[in-house]
Amino acid sequence: MNTPSPLLHLNHLKTHFFTVEGTAKAVDDVSFSLNKGETIGLVGESGCGKSVTALSIMRLVKDPPGKIVSGEILFDGTDLLQIPASRMKSIRGKRIAMIFQEPMTSLNPVYTIGDQIAEMLLVHENLSKKESWERAVDMIAKVQIPVPERRAHEYPHQLSGGMRQRAMIAMALACKPEILIADEPTTALDVTVQAQILDLMQQLKEEFGTAIILISHDLGIIAETVERIVVMYAGKVVEEGPSLSVFDAPKHPYTKGLFKSRPKIGERSQFGRRRLLEIQGAVPNLFQLPGGCSFHTRCVEAVETCRRISPELISTSDNRKVRCHLANP
Amino acid sequence: MKGTSMIQMLRKSPTAVAGCIIVALVLLSAAFAPWLSPYSPVDMDLYSRLKPPSLKHPLGTDELGRDLLSRIIWGARVSLKVGVISVGIGLIFGVVLGLVGAYFGGVTEKTIFGVVDLLLSIPSLLLALAIVATLGPGITQVMVAVGISLVPAFARVTRGSVLTVKEQNYVLGAKALGASHFDIMTRYILPNVITPVIVLATLNLAFALIMEAALSFLGIGVQPPDPTWGSILSEGRMTIRTASWVSTFSGLAITLTVMGFNLLGDGLRDLLDPRMRRILQAK
Repeated sequence: MNTPSPLLHLNHLKTHFFTVEGTAKAVDDVSFSLNKGETIGLVGESGCGKSVTALSIMRLVKDPPGKIVSGEILFDGTDLLQIPASRMKSIRGKRIAMIFQEPMTSLNPVYTIGDQIAEMLLVHENLSKKESWERAVDMIAKVQIPVPERRAHEYPHQLSGGMRQRAMIAMALACKPEILIADEPTTALDVTVQAQILDLMQQLKEEFGTAIILISHDLGIIAETVERIVVMYAGKVVEEGPSLSVFDAPKHPYTKGLFKSRPKIGERSQFGRRRLLEIQGAVPNLFQLPGGCSFHTRCVEAVETCRRISPELISTSDNRKVRCHLANP
Repeated sequence: MKGTSMIQMLRKSPTAVAGCIIVALVLLSAAFAPWLSPYSPVDMDLYSRLKPPSLKHPLGTDELGRDLLSRIIWGARVSLKVGVISVGIGLIFGVVLGLVGAYFGGVTEKTIFGVVDLLLSIPSLLLALAIVATLGPGITQVMVAVGISLVPAFARVTRGSVLTVKEQNYVLGAKALGASHFDIMTRYILPNVITPVIVLATLNLAFALIMEAALSFLGIGVQPPDPTWGSILSEGRMTIRTASWVSTFSGLAITLTVMGFNLLGDGLRDLLDPRMRRILQAK
């Protein structure tokens, strides 16, 4: 099943934040891989380490206080943590690109979007000014912004949120990167626009063959888009597997809880009025993680072992992985 | 195309037009001083000392009988030069130091702002005096001295804005898309912090003119009989009760020029901001 060498492989990555209050293990021993052209979803509550994982891949964790303590990030065989900063710079944007949650503030307000996309091409590809401008207009057309020739001359504040996110995508994909990391790309947008943006990403993925890491807390979005799902909790991967089978039969109590706490349209009429299920408690403080399994304080299935021993991520049948004492291999 | 539209937009703002006109007038009179001034700025006429404004001397004469209008026109040359160049020195060094310090943070920031704060703690006149005392009197020294004393203000203002802007998402976005530090500083941060710097520059122009006056007054700036607005102003100080026109008109020249630059600065600031540009275009 496994392809011999994945495009990106995170190997026991640990990113910790050293502050006066102590050490926060934002990313604690995270491993997963991404194959060429694949879309994976990184899911979890706020503060579970999704974004820090993404920033670690880009080597953009703010230092201080953040620091990648150990682990490997193998991209096409090379460890991104070992290469010099100058080489990393040439990889960012060119081979691995990233887009962020807030399209409202992710574009430079003083340049037109055409300029900003063209600049990407100027930096990374040996194109003339004119060629890169033409390619920029092309890209704007590709992300389905109407009248691209005119829009290219507009400033970010003249575009709507959805348009700006499209412009961001155009910018990120301008150099045809092998990996696109999308950190909550649709969270700030309204639902119809969300769907459009996701469709667009799907289309472009097929066109450019880009692998995507989609970070979201919205299971609906993840379900529609990704092939494989990685669930994170308190800095650790708790479950991983093909998204269909994870959705059908989650194995980790946390994943089960996440799925149960989704409101479902039409359910009320079927079963009458019912309270939406929630996971009791709150995300643990990263400075004081509970001993044993970090989820045991909120887990409905927790047994004595969970309080004492931190479970390992074990591979189960059907190509899945789960970090729980109760899961059967 | 782009150039004409800039000028057209500038024309939409009446204050910017006023600023432009004033600055242009001052610049022209400085450039054409030999042809515009009715008399030589240094020739004395001891028979007509401290004469009030008349047809012969439109702005009157000073205590050595020199024509005030001619002195003010010639003075524009020195004063403008000192003002613009010293503000330029302060702006360039201040902005670069503030930008680099605030962007990189850590030891770089501590070192740069340690020095800047040290400079800031010395009164600027004292600092300028010390510099002129080291380098000797003269107009170049005055420009350098005033320029250096302006550096801390520019550095501080720049730093403040950079600290906000560098946390913006688009800066992180630029990093994620592979922009170099230099690119980020010049294309992402600098254009977004320049507004307060421009305003500060226009305000500091007045400060520079007055500093120059103070230094000239203390005898370590521009040497007499070369006229500068500051030196005319301070010469008039002694006769302000009997011949108020000497300080009045030189003071007016300073005020008007500063106002012109301020208005022009405001106009430029609006023009540099794409949002305001939109509003101006719509008018």
